[in-house]
Amino acid sequence: MNEEIKSFTISIYTENNIGLLNRISAIFQRRHINIESLTTSQSEIDGVNRFVIVVNITEEKASKIVKQIEKQVETIRAYYHTEDQTIFTESCMFKIKSDLLFNEPQIQNIIKESYARIVTVNREFFVLEKSGRRNEIESLRRDLNAFGIMQFVRSGRIAVTKDQMKITELLTAFNNQ
Amino acid sequence: MKTQTINKKQEVAVKTERISGSEAVVRSLIAEGVDILYGYPGGAIMPVYDELFKFQDKIHHVLTRHEQGAAHAAQGYARISGKVGVAMATSGPGATNLITGIADAQIDSTPLVCITGQVFSHLLGSDAFQETDIVGISTPVTKWNCQVTKSEDIPAAIAKAFYIAKSGRPGPVLVDITKDAQVSELDFKYEKCKGVRSYMPVPKTNPEHIKAAAALINNAKKPMIVWGQGVILGQAEEELKAVIEKAGIPAAWTILGASALPTSHPLNIGMVGMHGNYAPNKLTNECDVLIAIGMRFDDRVTGDLSRYAKQAKIIHFDIDPAEINKNVQTDVAVLGNSKESLAMLLDAINTNSHELWLQEFKDLYAIEFEKVINNDINPTKEGLTMGEVLKQINIESKGHAAIVSDVGQHQMIACRYAEFTTTKSNITSGGLGTMGFALPAAIGAKMAAPNREVVAIIGDGGFQMNIQELGTIFQQKTAVKVVVLNNEFLGMVRQWQQLFFDRRYASTEMTNPNFIAIAEGYYIKARKVTKREELAEAIKEMIASKESYFLEVCVEKEDNVFPMIPSGASVSDVRLS
Repeated sequence: MNEEIKSFTISIYTENNIGLLNRISAIFQRRHINIESLTTSQSEIDGVNRFVIVVNITEEKASKIVKQIEKQVETIRAYYHTEDQTIFTESCMFKIKSDLLFNEPQIQNIIKESYARIVTVNREFFVLEKSGRRNEIESLRRDLNAFGIMQFVRSGRIAVTKDQMKITELLTAFNNQ
Repeated sequence: MKTQTINKKQEVAVKTERISGSEAVVRSLIAEGVDILYGYPGGAIMPVYDELFKFQDKIHHVLTRHEQGAAHAAQGYARISGKVGVAMATSGPGATNLITGIADAQIDSTPLVCITGQVFSHLLGSDAFQETDIVGISTPVTKWNCQVTKSEDIPAAIAKAFYIAKSGRPGPVLVDITKDAQVSELDFKYEKCKGVRSYMPVPKTNPEHIKAAAALINNAKKPMIVWGQGVILGQAEEELKAVIEKAGIPAAWTILGASALPTSHPLNIGMVGMHGNYAPNKLTNECDVLIAIGMRFDDRVTGDLSRYAKQAKIIHFDIDPAEINKNVQTDVAVLGNSKESLAMLLDAINTNSHELWLQEFKDLYAIEFEKVINNDINPTKEGLTMGEVLKQINIESKGHAAIVSDVGQHQMIACRYAEFTTTKSNITSGGLGTMGFALPAAIGAKMAAPNREVVAIIGDGGFQMNIQELGTIFQQKTAVKVVVLNNEFLGMVRQWQQLFFDRRYASTEMTNPNFIAIAEGYYIKARKVTKREELAEAIKEMIASKESYFLEVCVEKEDNVFPMIPSGASVSDVRLS
């Protein structure tokens, strides 16, 4: 197995139960692995949640961690994928003073060229939203930083895999065991 | 009132009626067949204790003297009976005191259900009196845990807890129940849990993997088996014996695998690991096929992984997929329950014998016997050895005793020299190495198997870590035999200090109290042995006693346990002195 440290996206399908986030994050904590980003939401299946966790580790570690996660009673299945095997994105929001929008024409160009979306505008501030790869978001942040950013927030990665994960079949198998 | 009958004995458990949450806890336990539980009451669990008082004829509650004792007693009960051990405690410190026992059970795959009381749900997170986040605290050391805040959720939570604790690879679970859930009412109906979606306790054994394993075994010139507790947990002792005998494979065991095969079996080549036998350690690095069965390649077994069995093809039988390739890369992995997979393997392997290879083990054993074993069990020097105490226990118990050992030098000696004829006879804290384990665990073991001789072997250090459980022995009239091997040292640490820290005995020498007076203070018959000529007679008297008995044996102060693989060394570097 490749010993090179790479970015892996770990996808975990779970029951929607209290305490599972704690149980899963403890698996990383115990091995002293820093979680780069973590999102959790409902999945395509009712009552089934999906975690998307990004970590920089070796493939061997990713494989062992996935087994430890799957060992948790309420985990349906866990997978690890390289960036090539997923389609992923992040979201971010910027809060910026409204007068800049009118006084700095360059800001309007930045918004246009970055395909960012204005969510709201009022007298004090306006809010920009942008989805995309981390480097696109970072580039936008650098450009806007020159003018002053009142607030910035970025979501964790969300990702879908190019391969099928066949969770519905798995659930059927669990039900028939 | 409607009655749904399972059987007459358990009828009380399944009555459908409106009852309190605390009564539901007790009835749920009865429905799971629990007739004994270990615990310690307190404010947040009092309603359940009040119900237990009502159901005394169905469940015997054992008041230990510390919650840690309750957890270890439940472990001892589970390990010897194969059933789920149950421990109960109140919130806050009561719950946290269970944690060491829970962590011990987790690493040693012992099925436990721990029930803790919790503050009222409206106080959760408010730093209320005796509130701790026990679900958060216990998460890393439980197989599963949950908090129940509504009385109607109690039966299902307990049913799920028992199912998870005992199924697949067993382990401890914890159910935390708020006080309002205990006192409010529900329409009680109990249904045993038959499965949990997303949890497949036993992976299906793949016949192709059995074929691949059999092919390697059939072509091996120097095969070697190392089995662990997975054989005992899977009740696969007969299958293991049949495989070993059919293929003529020398077989060694990990500490928790001990007693699955009688010590005297001609293909039993002893214990592996840091203080294991010379031959199986040394020849691990010479076998051509290493067959690991229900063991997890613990670092105490493998030593330096980069120099562990590199020449061998590795076959790994395990119920837990996460154990495969965790520490040692395998060539063939066979998932599944050991009883079923070994039965399948038995059909696929050829009848064989490996006499020359077996002779290599015998030759190395002869060296170990001359340099170590003989001196340990037949000493000629003045001081008493731990080995000769074990030898006398073997003689008097005829190998039928269940040995419950604590942690330290005496543990290694007990595991090395106890002669086992019956499975589930070696109860010790393997993975966590918990001092203070043996005294309460022996109580649980004796209660689970009252007709068996249960002998606790404990060092002077570990004994004092849960010495208060002598009170439980006395109150319960548990006929446990307690042997304290007193060397006035924390012996194992002292041995390391001698060998690796230039004899700088930092904080390992113990000035001990009068153990006999303490035991007698608890009204337990006690005797102290300081001379060899007293030993045999004292052990004879102890084993003959129908009641609990405390025996202190003053052994040599600076005796060491060999063989030994120094920490981080290869199994080939096993030292005889």
